[in-house]
Amino acid sequence: MIRRRARRAGARALVAYALATLTVLPLLWLFVTVLKPADEMFRASLPSRVTFGNLSYVLTEMPLPRYLLNSALVSLVVTAFALLFHSMAAYALARLRFPGRNMIFSAILSTLLVSLPAILVPLFVVARELNMLDSYAGLIVPSIFNAFGIFLLRQYYLDFPRELEEAAELDGCGYLRLYWSIILPLSRPMLASLGVLFFLANWNAFLWPLTITRDPDLRVIQLGIAGLQGQYSSSWNYVLAASLIAAIPTMIVFFLGQKWLIESMKTTGLK
Amino acid sequence: MSGLARTAETAAAKAAAGARSARRRREAFAAYLFIAPDVIGLLMFVGLPMCLALGMAFFEVDGFGGYRFVGIDNFAKMTDDAMLWRSVGVTFAYVGGFVPLSFAVSLGLALLVREPFPGVGFVRMAFFLPNVISLVVAGVLWQFLLVDRRGAVPVLFRSIGLGNVSWLGDPRLALATLILISVWFLVGYQMLIFLAALKDIPQEYYDAAHIDGASTWQQFQYVTWPMLRPTSFFVAINSTVSAVTGLQAFDLVYVLTRGGPANSTSTLVFYIYQQAFTYNHYGYAAAMTAMVVGFLAMTTGLLFAATRGGRFDTATR
Repeated sequence: MIRRRARRAGARALVAYALATLTVLPLLWLFVTVLKPADEMFRASLPSRVTFGNLSYVLTEMPLPRYLLNSALVSLVVTAFALLFHSMAAYALARLRFPGRNMIFSAILSTLLVSLPAILVPLFVVARELNMLDSYAGLIVPSIFNAFGIFLLRQYYLDFPRELEEAAELDGCGYLRLYWSIILPLSRPMLASLGVLFFLANWNAFLWPLTITRDPDLRVIQLGIAGLQGQYSSSWNYVLAASLIAAIPTMIVFFLGQKWLIESMKTTGLK
Repeated sequence: MSGLARTAETAAAKAAAGARSARRRREAFAAYLFIAPDVIGLLMFVGLPMCLALGMAFFEVDGFGGYRFVGIDNFAKMTDDAMLWRSVGVTFAYVGGFVPLSFAVSLGLALLVREPFPGVGFVRMAFFLPNVISLVVAGVLWQFLLVDRRGAVPVLFRSIGLGNVSWLGDPRLALATLILISVWFLVGYQMLIFLAALKDIPQEYYDAAHIDGASTWQQFQYVTWPMLRPTSFFVAINSTVSAVTGLQAFDLVYVLTRGGPANSTSTLVFYIYQQAFTYNHYGYAAAMTAMVVGFLAMTTGLLFAATRGGRFDTATR
C-alpha cells in the first residue's frame, strides 16, 4: 500500500519534470539559438561554436540600448508612482472613515476587468487632447492607474490591527506620518510583489507604446523587437538576439521577486 | 445636582462632541487627499474613455480630431459590416478554444504539483516562466519555431511522418496555433490560482473520503471539484474576459499573423485597432468599443452578483 503510493508519487514527479521541461524548452531553444552562428539557426543541435556576435551586433549596430533605456525609465517611473498612489488610496479606503467610502471603493472595483485593448481608441483620444502623443508623459501617466493594485493593497491593510492607529494617536502622530512611517514600512512585502508585477507589465508593454509613439527616440524595447521583426524578417539571428536581451531582465526580476510574488497571489487568489 | 454643575457637564459633553466632529472632519479631509491622485487618474484614463466610447460613437472623427455628428450611422454600419462579424466569430472561436483548454490544463497542472516532491518549487516556476517574458517575445519566438519547413516544430512533425504542416500559414490552422501558444503563455498563472485554492481545502475531507474507501477520482469528484467551485468560476470569467479584451488577443495576433491568413486570426480588438489606427475610422472604432465596454459591464455585473459585491477574498477561498 505504502509502496504503491510511493511509486505513484514517483510517477507523478516524473510526469511533472517532463512537462516542466517541455514548457521551458522553447525558452532554452531561444537561448541556445542566439549563441549560434547565423547559418546554423535552423539546425536542431548545439552550436558548433559559441558566438556572442548576434548579441553584440544588435547592441552596437542597432539602437537597442536606447530602446532598453526608454523601457527601463518608463517601467521604473510608472512602478514608483503606482506604488505610491495605490498605497495612499488603499490606506484611506482601508483605515480612514469618510463619507462615500464604500461608493468610491465600489466604483474603483468596477473597473477591475477593464483592460487596455478594450478602451484603446477613446484613451488615445484623451491622450491626444492632453497633448501626450509622442512624449514620455504619454508613455508614463496613463499606465500608472489601475484598480488591481488598490484592491490588493486595501485587502492587505484591512488585516492590520486597530492598535496601530491608537498607538499613533498617543504619540500625536498625524495621518501623513502614520502612513509614511508605519503603514508603508509594514507593507514592504506586498509593495515588493506589486512592484515586480508592475515592472514586468510595463517592461513588457507593447500596445500602448505602439499607439502613442511615432518618434524613434521614444521607442521602447518591445516596439524595437516588433520593428526588427518587420525589417529583418530573414535575419532571425538579430531578431532573436534582441528578444533574448528583452527577456533577460524580466527573468532576473522574476527570480529575485518570485517569493513575494507567489505569496501575494496566494493571499488573494486574484493574481 | 445643582444647575451649575449640570451646565458644566453639558458644556464638557458639547466640547467633547465638537472635538470628535472636528476630528472626523480632519480624518475625512485627509482621506480625500490620500485617494485624490488615484481617483483623478482613474476618472481621467479609465472612466472618461469608457464614457467617451459611447459619446464618440455618434460622430465621424477624422485623424486630425475633427468631429461631425452622424447620429446612429456608426451603429448601422456595424450591422452590415461582414468583416466585423467575422472578427466577432474569430473571437468567439478563440474563447471557445482557449478558455476550456487553459482551464483543464491549469487545473491538471495544479493537481500534479500540489503535493511536494523533490524540485516541486522549480517545476511550478517552470510552468509560470512563459508568463514572465513579453507577448511580443513569445510571438517572435514561436514564429521562429514554426517557420514553414525549416522551423523546429515542422521539422519534428516531418520526422515523425506527419508531412509539412503550415501552422501559421494555413487559415484552418492559424487560430488553433494561436490558442495553443496562448495556453502555453498563460497556463502557469491560472495554475497558481488553482494551487492556492487547493491549499485551502482541509485535509480532513480527504481523510474522511479515504476512510470511506473513495477512489482518487471519487475524491476529486466529491471533495476537490465542489470545493473549487468559486475559484473555477473566477478563473473561467477572468480567462474569458482576457481572451476577449486582454493584451493576449492583440499582441500575439499582431506579432504572429497580423490577423491573417485570410483574416482567420483577426480578433475583435485587433479589428478595432485596425479600423482606428490604420484606416482612421475613429468614430466607427468607438462604436465597436462601446459594444466591448457593454460586454465588460455585463461580465462585471455578473461577477459582482456572484461574489456579493466584489468580495473576491471570500468568494475565491
